[in-house]
Amino acid sequence: MEVVRALIRRKARNLRLLGVPVLGLSADLLIGAGCVAEVETSAVSLGEAGLAPRFTEAAQKGEIKIRDATCPAIHTALQASEKGVPFMPLRGVLGSDLVSERGDWKVLQNPFAGSEDPILYVPAIAPDVALFHARWADEAGNVWIGRRRELASLAHAAKRTFVTFEELRAGDMLEDELLAPGVVSAVYVEAAAPARRGAWPLGVAQVYGIDDAHLARYAREAKTREGFLRYLDEFVCTRKKSSLPA
Amino acid sequence: MYKKEELLAGVIARLIGEARHVAIGAASPIPASGAFLLKSEKPSLRVSLHQRRRANPFTEGSRELFDLAGQGRIDVFFLGGAQIDGEANINLVRAEGRRFPGSFGSAFMYSVIPRTILFREEHSRRALVPRVEFVSARGDPAALLTGKALFSWQKEARRFRLESVHAGHTVEEIRADTGFVFDSPAGVSTTPAPSARELALLRGRVAKEIAADFPEFAARVWGLAASA
Repeated sequence: MEVVRALIRRKARNLRLLGVPVLGLSADLLIGAGCVAEVETSAVSLGEAGLAPRFTEAAQKGEIKIRDATCPAIHTALQASEKGVPFMPLRGVLGSDLVSERGDWKVLQNPFAGSEDPILYVPAIAPDVALFHARWADEAGNVWIGRRRELASLAHAAKRTFVTFEELRAGDMLEDELLAPGVVSAVYVEAAAPARRGAWPLGVAQVYGIDDAHLARYAREAKTREGFLRYLDEFVCTRKKSSLPA
Repeated sequence: MYKKEELLAGVIARLIGEARHVAIGAASPIPASGAFLLKSEKPSLRVSLHQRRRANPFTEGSRELFDLAGQGRIDVFFLGGAQIDGEANINLVRAEGRRFPGSFGSAFMYSVIPRTILFREEHSRRALVPRVEFVSARGDPAALLTGKALFSWQKEARRFRLESVHAGHTVEEIRADTGFVFDSPAGVSTTPAPSARELALLRGRVAKEIAADFPEFAARVWGLAASA
């Protein structure tokens, strides 16, 4: 989230966002701030806080391009990139209008079946940049994501990965057999930067929880453009404001 | 006295029935309540809450739910829809110029899960339509449960059949508020109310369990604050 707020402050434009497999508050903030040209995702939602208001309005006004997907299609497309293959098959999905709307997905005969067996093929996705927040980074440049393995797939598939983290650990986490299975190794990580409470108002498991009250407040305020701009002013652009001469 | 959420959780517990493994997707506090209600009476039932904040059942990231389902290791799943039509298609994308969050995993789950239960609390002609504007997912559901009634799905005829109407509603009202055509046998029964035992479980163990992941819901229905 810290990088999302920084992107808004430096007025990033024409970003194409990929939800792995869904998008939430980060995307809503970036869309509302005018940073986004296109999203590819299975959904955009604030979870229990409800609809993502800036996404909803931008979609209804046709201000952003939306490539609708379904969760396992995005996972599968990233897994294809991890393996360096151009596409992967996925069961299900046939009969959904997603198939006809997505010109880049194909339904083909299963080449190994003796009888008719259509199956969906999705092309590999290799994002230009992967961006996420982790609990730990270490002096060897590794980051620890724990059980959030979709972040590992994302880092493996992306051309470059940037990470913010809560705490720096001394040494090399790969030397610790308990930590190593939750590590994305430095091979995949372009750069990592400390950002304490950098996921706020989202959470980091067993460090701090999701700030449900803040999310509910955001969902309420961002319903209108004016409310959203007030929110940005209060929670996103404060640093810039305070650094400006009076 | 009981709340509508408690009635629906009771119905869901019965619909899950003999399943061994039920999974619950995003933003589904009522299906989660029903699943935990059944589990509190039948501890061998495995309930996998996709977005569980603590002790999440998945260790391979968010793809594991779908991989498990694709292998046939999940028996029951719940899907909703901004629109649901008489052919059991669901729409989570757009309708009447409005944009909804998106299809999530529905396009996949609906076709690979043996028993999909469609759940939509709102029972209106806006939600239950003759034909969805966008088919997020197509499949054969085990049932359709709404805030007013329970329907079964007739796979051969591809039509819903009204099974029971919740207390306080009538067949005429269901007909008036449903946008699609469905079969309605003579003498449709009233949906059984939750028993005293079910209510005690819901308000005790289940409420506590639910509050950890659906704090707003637990606060609204049971006046329970999430434990930090």
